[in-house]
Amino acid sequence: MKSIAELDEIRKKTLDQLSIRSNEKGIKVVVAMATCGIAAGARPVMKAFIEEINKRNLNNVTVSITGCIGVCKMEPVVEILDKDGKKVTYVNMTPEKAERVVLEHIVNGNVCTDLTIGAQEGV
Amino acid sequence: MQLYRAHVLVCAGTGCTSSNSLKIMDEMEALLASNGLDSEVKIVKTGCFGLCAEGPIVVVYPEGAMYTRVEVSDVKEIVEEHLLKGRIVKRLLAGEKESEDISKSLEGVDFFNRQMRIALRNCGRINPEDINEYIAFDGYKALENVLTEMTPEAVIDEMKKSGLRGRGGGGFPTGMKWDFAAKQTADQKYVCCNADEGDPGAFMDRSVLEGDPHSVIEAMSIAGFAIGATQGYIYVRAEYPIAVKRLQLAIDQAIEYGILGDNVLGTGHKFNLEIRLGAGAFVCGEETALMTSIEGHRGEPRPRPPFPAVKGLWGKPTILNNVETYANVPVIILKGAEWFSGIGTEKSKGTKVFALGGKINNTGLVEVPMGTTLREVVYDIGGGIPKGKKFKAAQTGGPSGGCIPASHLDTPIDYDSLIALGSMMGSGGLIVMDEDNCMVDIAKFFLEFTVDESCGKCPPCRIGTKRMLEILERITEGKGAAGDIEMLELLAKNIKASALCGLGQTAPNPILSTLRYFRDEYEAHVFDKKCPAGVCKSMMKYTVDETKCKSCGICAKVCPMSCIKGEKKVPYVIDNSKCAKCGVCMEKCPFKAISKG
Repeated sequence: MKSIAELDEIRKKTLDQLSIRSNEKGIKVVVAMATCGIAAGARPVMKAFIEEINKRNLNNVTVSITGCIGVCKMEPVVEILDKDGKKVTYVNMTPEKAERVVLEHIVNGNVCTDLTIGAQEGV
Repeated sequence: MQLYRAHVLVCAGTGCTSSNSLKIMDEMEALLASNGLDSEVKIVKTGCFGLCAEGPIVVVYPEGAMYTRVEVSDVKEIVEEHLLKGRIVKRLLAGEKESEDISKSLEGVDFFNRQMRIALRNCGRINPEDINEYIAFDGYKALENVLTEMTPEAVIDEMKKSGLRGRGGGGFPTGMKWDFAAKQTADQKYVCCNADEGDPGAFMDRSVLEGDPHSVIEAMSIAGFAIGATQGYIYVRAEYPIAVKRLQLAIDQAIEYGILGDNVLGTGHKFNLEIRLGAGAFVCGEETALMTSIEGHRGEPRPRPPFPAVKGLWGKPTILNNVETYANVPVIILKGAEWFSGIGTEKSKGTKVFALGGKINNTGLVEVPMGTTLREVVYDIGGGIPKGKKFKAAQTGGPSGGCIPASHLDTPIDYDSLIALGSMMGSGGLIVMDEDNCMVDIAKFFLEFTVDESCGKCPPCRIGTKRMLEILERITEGKGAAGDIEMLELLAKNIKASALCGLGQTAPNPILSTLRYFRDEYEAHVFDKKCPAGVCKSMMKYTVDETKCKSCGICAKVCPMSCIKGEKKVPYVIDNSKCAKCGVCMEKCPFKAISKG
């Protein structure tokens, strides 16, 4: 038998998993996964995001995929949209970088400036 | 916790299941696995979305992209394009399929954004077989609040203030019903749920049970607390196998969680719930017959009073509410009576679910605030009449109700306005008829139903409805005589006044309301021996227009009765004594030379 407190715990936990189905605005991780992205290794990057977010029990973060956004030479490209729709574009991503972005950007709110498209353009 | 980057919701209501949604789910599962996506994408089985005409329905989140009329062969494209590459499959989207606008998600479709879903709040949103998903969307929170913060009197007071009226048809104030039962002293009281939905064309309760069974369980437990009952029964027809299965699963899960049992959530409240299966007799939807059937006897009504609230199941005080009524209860407790009574009209509060059927584009399930006009329901949400035909009437309330003609399309729908029009709200079946429907034939259809379903206990219903049906049969066969219409009216009046239960008392309604609005059609049948809509076959004749006939002989070739004769350069002739009135000649004639009338 469950107590009311336990029921509340279930409510909170399940709602996190279902946040994807509600219209509430949260942080969105969008991985570009067209042919170019997949070829450059976008899938392991996306999996790393999902794993990290799972590991840290983060609420209100969704991971989704999109098509080619046009900068194929910098794939894998990942965009992070915050609650207000402000966008940061990370390029040349790897699973290791993904871990860093989750920790620094999503958890602590500090953009990893050195990984963004602006910083990487000349690389 | 497991995060998935996408949820694929597949409708597993009865409508979509019958068009293969379970196979779609299997195919989806197999393809996700073979593409290595099964750890990223979750498949969720849901209840009815309501847009049954466009089923099977698949919705993909986070985009909220709603795919309609999905076939098993489309699954590959959805997986490979949308789920693997993030490209929405536009050709399968709801609404304008060619549209470039990919925001055609659930909320973007007219069918949904004009609705207000309270009773159907979770249908198509949660997995009905997972209690956690119900709990997540504030499920069982109303029960918690009631058990920890409210007194039974306060619950009843809240129900009274909300203005909720019975959604099963009668429209009796729910709070008042609970109050009567609460005031009785007895060693045992019962809470019953009427899920014996029997009106032809109605599937509201079925969809709630299939899509959100926990909401009914929660509400019944609240009702038990309010009136002091510890045992509940859900009477559901055995013809609803999916509903029965999910309901039983939900009850088992609720018992496991301690939500049903002798000490609900550790609060000391006791409430147990069992399912009772009905064998599909229409009369068992009548409250006294239903309770007799639960007791294990033959389902026959008994006179009232005493009302069930005083002497019901096994002679004990009992409340009996309909599925949709219960589905509203948790929301009223959570959001307050004031919020609920702010929706709807002066005397009819809240929303009503309608099952749209008949000659309408968006066959399905809709929930709208009381006071919405019939025109909005039929045209704006229902998508209008197929093939641009003209609206003739809508039948509400099934065999107990009546029809609403085109002249009253703009009447706001609520309990009282429908009664004033000679129809009734009923449980929510809404059958749309167009110019091709014969109203005498419609009345005959409903009478056939009530004659079939009459339990036979009282003579007015057993004999009276049979006599009315015989007259209607005569009229539709072109053998009507002067005085038949008046005899129908007399019988109707007497049956209404003398039948024992609601089934008999309302059985004449379809005749009375079609007579009220379409008397001319009856008269055309009786006096001119003509069926204006061309439905009643025995009065119909197919004729060849000699001026248009080019003697091609196609009609003679397709005629299954071989009753069309002719030769070159001579117009063909139909021998009506052998004609089976199948209409195939008219359909195939390339020169439109054949007409019926």
